[in-house]
Amino acid sequence: MIEFKLPSLGADMDEGTLLEWKVKPGDAVKKGQVVAVVDTAKAAVDVECWHDGTVAELVAEVGQKMPVGTVMARLQAPNEQPTQQPTEKVGAGDTALEIAGAAVAVAAEATSSTPPVAPPARRRMISPAARKHAEEQGVDLDRVVGTGPHGAVTSEDVDKAAQAMAPSSAPTPGAIPRPADKAAEMRKAIAAAMARSKREIPHYYVAEDIPLAHALAWLQTENAQRPMAERVLPAALMLKAVARTLERYPELNGYCRDGAFAPAERINLGVAISLRQGGLVAPALLDADTKPLVQLMQELTDLVQRTRAGSLKSSELSEATITVTNLGDQGTHSVFGVIYPPQVALVGFGRIADRPWADEAGGVKLMPVATASLSADHRVSDGHRGALFLRELAELLQHPEELAK
Amino acid sequence: MNAPDIRAIALATLQAIAPEVETDKLRGDRPLRHQVDLDSMDWLNFLLGLNKKLGIEIPEADYAKLVTLDDVVTYIEKKAG
Repeated sequence: MIEFKLPSLGADMDEGTLLEWKVKPGDAVKKGQVVAVVDTAKAAVDVECWHDGTVAELVAEVGQKMPVGTVMARLQAPNEQPTQQPTEKVGAGDTALEIAGAAVAVAAEATSSTPPVAPPARRRMISPAARKHAEEQGVDLDRVVGTGPHGAVTSEDVDKAAQAMAPSSAPTPGAIPRPADKAAEMRKAIAAAMARSKREIPHYYVAEDIPLAHALAWLQTENAQRPMAERVLPAALMLKAVARTLERYPELNGYCRDGAFAPAERINLGVAISLRQGGLVAPALLDADTKPLVQLMQELTDLVQRTRAGSLKSSELSEATITVTNLGDQGTHSVFGVIYPPQVALVGFGRIADRPWADEAGGVKLMPVATASLSADHRVSDGHRGALFLRELAELLQHPEELAK
Repeated sequence: MNAPDIRAIALATLQAIAPEVETDKLRGDRPLRHQVDLDSMDWLNFLLGLNKKLGIEIPEADYAKLVTLDDVVTYIEKKAG
């Protein structure tokens, strides 16, 4: 018998509320299939099962709040032989379980993926916006008739359902927190993770001004040849440069737990994304060092959109090996971040701005410059290595063409 | 397409990205990004949204010309000619 447990969703998400089961006892499930929707302080997450099997028992009840690691269901393994699959190379949170990563399946993705042998009773297409809308309105999506393409549930459908139920019933008490509660909950989650970071991690900080005239000119030339949808922002170039540089600084990329550091084998950049309603989430761009720049940009765009729509894969929430924060062109010159535990480093980029810059000839000219900073864990690395990392990052950004592939 | 139509489409595109925007309080002659919290990704998505809805290609070199909502409307009007 396989125990299906609530997977870790990152340091600031240590519990979740079951919103919905996508399977029932007797259903065959495939590895990778979404089996439940779990709400956390930061986002609703579609939890994916990492085993083939048959649902024997649903243990968790809808509306139940549970800590990470709680047994949610029991599965009968194929041929009744429970297979212990190794967890992924990069362990998730504190509890590496049989279910290493779970995933949010955006409605469209869910339907485009290979259907399981025995499809679940109700795999429905619900847009993230409609799902969010339904939560806010307290509408049970099971009762909503979808009128979109292929029966997809749209925000309008949710509105209709909300109107239909309006006169009689209020949302189930205690079921789904209202947006105001949600903001407070998120603030609490951020506070807990950041307080833990400052309590446990001895931070040190280094910073370097990086001239970007060549990188920006190169991007401009590249972008001029591309259609709008394929243009690359400086932020993506900087992420790629961080990922590449990290290849030679394993002591900045990994996890420190109970004082012991384990370098990560992959480079998954957590990208700090601010939410419009306040708060932030730092989901991961997986294997950022190996992806071509254009692809990285597209994945970044997608990640930002899904983060703001509240539909993330839980592997994205738990597998970042370092975090990068970029204040963008509306931000300040520099930012020094708080490390997201159990990670051991955070890279910060300030706004790119024209500043006076000493040139080789002894003169001064105007130069677009960004200040890059590194906050790192002194239990794992020293300022000398941190400084070398930033110098190498600055050097790499002088050769943007090397970052294209 | 006339200016009011373009403006309506631009505002709808903006609202899809920043749902909290009160479009009736926006000043068309003031820098848009001083009035709405848009990062570089939001701004790109805004222009991309206009591109999709109106079929107008905006070269990156022209991004700097588009500061206010009025700039955007005038630019598109000219392009759609």
